[in-house]
Amino acid sequence: MTPSRAVEAFARRHHYRPYEALPWVAAVASYFVFPDYLALGAQILATILFALSADLVLGYAGIVTLGHAAFFGTGAYVAGILAAHGWGEPITGLLAGAVAAAVLGFLSGLVVLRTTGLALLMQTLVVATMVAEAANKASFITGGDDGLQGMEVWPIFGRFRFDLFGHTSYLYCLSALFLCWLAVRRMVHSPFGRSLTGIRENVRRMHAIGAPVARRRLIIYIISAALAGISGGLIAQTTQFVSLSFLSLERSGTVLIMLIIGGVGRLYGAFIGVPLYMVAQNRFSEIDPVYWYFWIGLLMVFIVVFARGGVLGLFDQFQR
Amino acid sequence: MNAPALETRGLHKSFGALTVANAVDFRLESGARQALIGPNGAGKTTFVELVTGALRPSAGQINLDGADVTDLPQAARVKRGLVRTFQITALFRGLSILENVTLAICERQGIGGGLFWPAGRYRAAIEEAHALLEQVGLEDEALSPVTTLAYGRQRLVEIAISLALSPKVMLLDEPAAGVPSAESGTIIEVIERLPTDIAMLIIEHDMDLVFRLAQRITVLVQGSILVEGTPEEIAADPEVRRVYLGERPRR
Ligand SMILES: Nc1ncnc2c1ncn2[C@@H]1O[C@H](COP(=O)(O)OP(=O)(O)O)[C@@H](O)[C@H]1O
Ligand SMILES: [Mg+2]
Repeated sequence: MTPSRAVEAFARRHHYRPYEALPWVAAVASYFVFPDYLALGAQILATILFALSADLVLGYAGIVTLGHAAFFGTGAYVAGILAAHGWGEPITGLLAGAVAAAVLGFLSGLVVLRTTGLALLMQTLVVATMVAEAANKASFITGGDDGLQGMEVWPIFGRFRFDLFGHTSYLYCLSALFLCWLAVRRMVHSPFGRSLTGIRENVRRMHAIGAPVARRRLIIYIISAALAGISGGLIAQTTQFVSLSFLSLERSGTVLIMLIIGGVGRLYGAFIGVPLYMVAQNRFSEIDPVYWYFWIGLLMVFIVVFARGGVLGLFDQFQR
Repeated sequence: MNAPALETRGLHKSFGALTVANAVDFRLESGARQALIGPNGAGKTTFVELVTGALRPSAGQINLDGADVTDLPQAARVKRGLVRTFQITALFRGLSILENVTLAICERQGIGGGLFWPAGRYRAAIEEAHALLEQVGLEDEALSPVTTLAYGRQRLVEIAISLALSPKVMLLDEPAAGVPSAESGTIIEVIERLPTDIAMLIIEHDMDLVFRLAQRITVLVQGSILVEGTPEEIAADPEVRRVYLGERPRR
């Protein structure tokens, strides 16, 4: 064995693998194969971004959060309120949502990331509840319980109108997800991304090798918040509606469930878990709306007992 | 006279009613080979945690190479060359051996926070990590998950990680603990071959090993330094024999 073979393999690890094209092939194919479901498809794509953002904090940095909807909802409300008050330009609206969510991530991260484990979980929950309550109180601008109405989203680049069938929405969400995925993928393979994995794997060791752990955790929290904000903004703009449920505990919990179904800390868990969950929800809730949560609960039990790594974890097991 | 590589003055720490560091005045000269011994629960590991900044002392001062580092965070002390290993192996369990070491190199080189380029682009860091694996004899398994190694060889990864940080002061917390004696030989050889400009403090129970590796020995009992001296002085000290050596027959 040549001395540098291991080095070579290590240095090539970030190269693209053929299977990484699969989600994009599937997404483009779905556009043509399911023209009647493009609105749902757009929601799925935007939600994948939400789950991807949650994967960064939960799966990579090991930050357990039950409050990620705070960032999702903030992005949605900011993009929504702008569109309802005369600024319907979608891309700047999305960016404004991302910035607002990032600021919230920074401010709340300064406080909640001082703790870990259960205390951290509770604090993220508290932050999300406070944001939801603030949105409820500020009903003059958020619409409160009735939801935010009257959004007017302009055509993308001044040219592509949001149509009733969801063609534009689908491609808009797909493009946004693709760009964010490129950035996220780049980041998780960077030394910063690897150091997050280090923090998750052994935080004491990370301190002992002189890593500024608190700063790294805060940075990823901010980035993740921004991505969640973009996701919320996408859904606000494409459905032209925002409600308090965007900030709810249920929203924070559901995204974790979807991520766990797909597989946590693997970058592609979101791409599997979210479509599975949302398509199943769409189907089941037509057939059996009452018991939808029962089936999801049963599935979660199954995953926790038999498939810790989610669907992607099962693939790993079969490879061995 | 040169400032000692590491010095503590009046170091104090208690957990509730239990005092685990009691007015500890300690010196480690640069390039020294020194051992810290003492019964289980004497506070040896706590001393390492205090010195490295993982724990905050309730009183006292810690100097590194003459500079007060008592209020510096752990990361800043590592940057100044203060490095420790763990009594119970603390590795990145899900990662390969090579990456365990590479992460440390990246932090030392200040590239650990880089967001843009892939880690694989930093070839020099990866090659340096690989060279360290060769130094401790783990290069053949570089890409294996670190958990596939036998425990004794995981201890070598511990040492390789600390070497990756260019240590000036190395605190080895029972580096051969839990390792079958058949495997501990390699660990000892690696420690013996450490560059002599590194000041080394080794915590160890095996007295043969202590006498072989250390030029000076500090004995810690219930958080206080009982005595310090050359191996011969320690071996002859009646108090030490009573509280420590006597309890533990030589292996
Ligand atoms: N975080 C902690 N909280 C409370 N007690 C502790 C803690 N860490 C260590 N101790 C106690 O402090 C004493 C010294 O522990 P330690 O430094 O690990 O001893 P040694 O390494 O010499 O065996 C022990 O009695 C241990 O139980
Ligand atoms: Mg100990």
